Amino acid sequence: MEQLAIEAGDLSRRYGSRWSLARLNLEVKIGERFLIVGGNGSGKTTLLRLLSTALPRSGGSLSIFGVDPKENRHEVRSSLALLSHQSSIWEDLSGRENLEILGRLVGVDIDVGALLGKVKLEERPDPVRTYSAGMRKRLAFARLLIQRPRLALVDEPYGQLDPEGFDLVDSLIDELIDAGCTVVMASHLVERAAQKCDRALLLESGQERWLGASKDVPKAWRALHRGES
Amino acid sequence: MSLTPDIVSERREVGLIRAIGLIFKKDILIEWRSKSRLTGMSCYAITLLMLFAFAVGPDPVMLQKHASAYVWMSVVTVSTLLLSQSFQNELESDALEGLLLVPVPPAAIYYGKALSNFVWILLLEIISLPFAVLLFQLDLTSEPLMFTAVFLLGAGGVAAPGTLYAGLTGRLAAQQLMLPVLLFPLLIPTVLSAVKATNLIITHDPFDQISAWFAVMCAFNAIYWTLCGVMFSKVVDE
Repeated sequence: MEQLAIEAGDLSRRYGSRWSLARLNLEVKIGERFLIVGGNGSGKTTLLRLLSTALPRSGGSLSIFGVDPKENRHEVRSSLALLSHQSSIWEDLSGRENLEILGRLVGVDIDVGALLGKVKLEERPDPVRTYSAGMRKRLAFARLLIQRPRLALVDEPYGQLDPEGFDLVDSLIDELIDAGCTVVMASHLVERAAQKCDRALLLESGQERWLGASKDVPKAWRALHRGES
Repeated sequence: MSLTPDIVSERREVGLIRAIGLIFKKDILIEWRSKSRLTGMSCYAITLLMLFAFAVGPDPVMLQKHASAYVWMSVVTVSTLLLSQSFQNELESDALEGLLLVPVPPAAIYYGKALSNFVWILLLEIISLPFAVLLFQLDLTSEPLMFTAVFLLGAGGVAAPGTLYAGLTGRLAAQQLMLPVLLFPLLIPTVLSAVKATNLIITHDPFDQISAWFAVMCAFNAIYWTLCGVMFSKVVDE
């Protein structure tokens, strides 16, 4: 039987009395590129955070590479990396210092100059606090590469970037895929993201609305907005 | 095919002690960059000492009698402000969540931050000490080792539970209020022992009682440094 990167059954998450994600069933194969789309508040970020173990689930089952995060959270976390809305960087340190410290904590040796060059980030000695939103996103991508993930969970990868940044994201995702990494991304740039992915899931109010080949997702997305079932 | 093999090497296991050292160094670096905080806190501690000294009046006997209580009150009050800031750099941009997902063991995060807080509280004590000696007309030259030990144990007894509660209250809107409310009851044994021990040093310990207060401070340091690490891991990981 083929091992799955993600296997979720009736996966649910509740905030107070509101279900942010309700009884979602999902299987993502190893090496697959999977896209999550949906409107604001549809549950995309909640799903990515559940998969990353940043949030505990309220119900259902979940396994990442065959391991239940509740059983062995350390092993699951060692296999994945999350690029979230928040960049998870230390604001008072420079980009180089952020990457150097993270590299030591992860246990990797890094050529920081080359890594900054890879994400096309100009090396600056000033703190990250002074960086633009797009520069922080590039730094967050460098952070993700340091973790050498088997599963990359990417929330709005194109957000805050300029057109050159869009191409950079595409090339970095290609590189992750070529390295055998499974990529799950959530994006509002449906047509662009669909080109990078194999399959897609359309969420609405925390529930699965549509699941299929990513090339068909723009049509499903437009149908949803027209109010068709 | 390996991802960026020429730029990022393969992952190695990072031991707990090394992770603690890295978090400690990172926190010291961040604090050192923004020296304004330590400068502000030191000025606050010195101002408190001046207010207390003026409130007691010019009588040297009265000043020396109350000195230990006022010195520790100013250290604890200002340390609480210092501690309440210690998780801000982790909560901004969700760096704490990023660390946990790396995954860095929560115990490493706690001990790294607690050690860094210990250093800053100790520095605060060192900066305020000359002013305390001057304002309260103290002579601490007879027992310098004892005095150093009291300040080390006092800083440790405040830093260990303080770091735990700073982490727990970090996301609360009313953190500045909640932290002292939750923390001060826990600090009673340490602060009481530190005040008594300091007072005995000032009065040259006529009845040889200081060892009992040292024992209390050592015991509470051991309890706090052990239990708070375990509790932080439980709370953060759940």
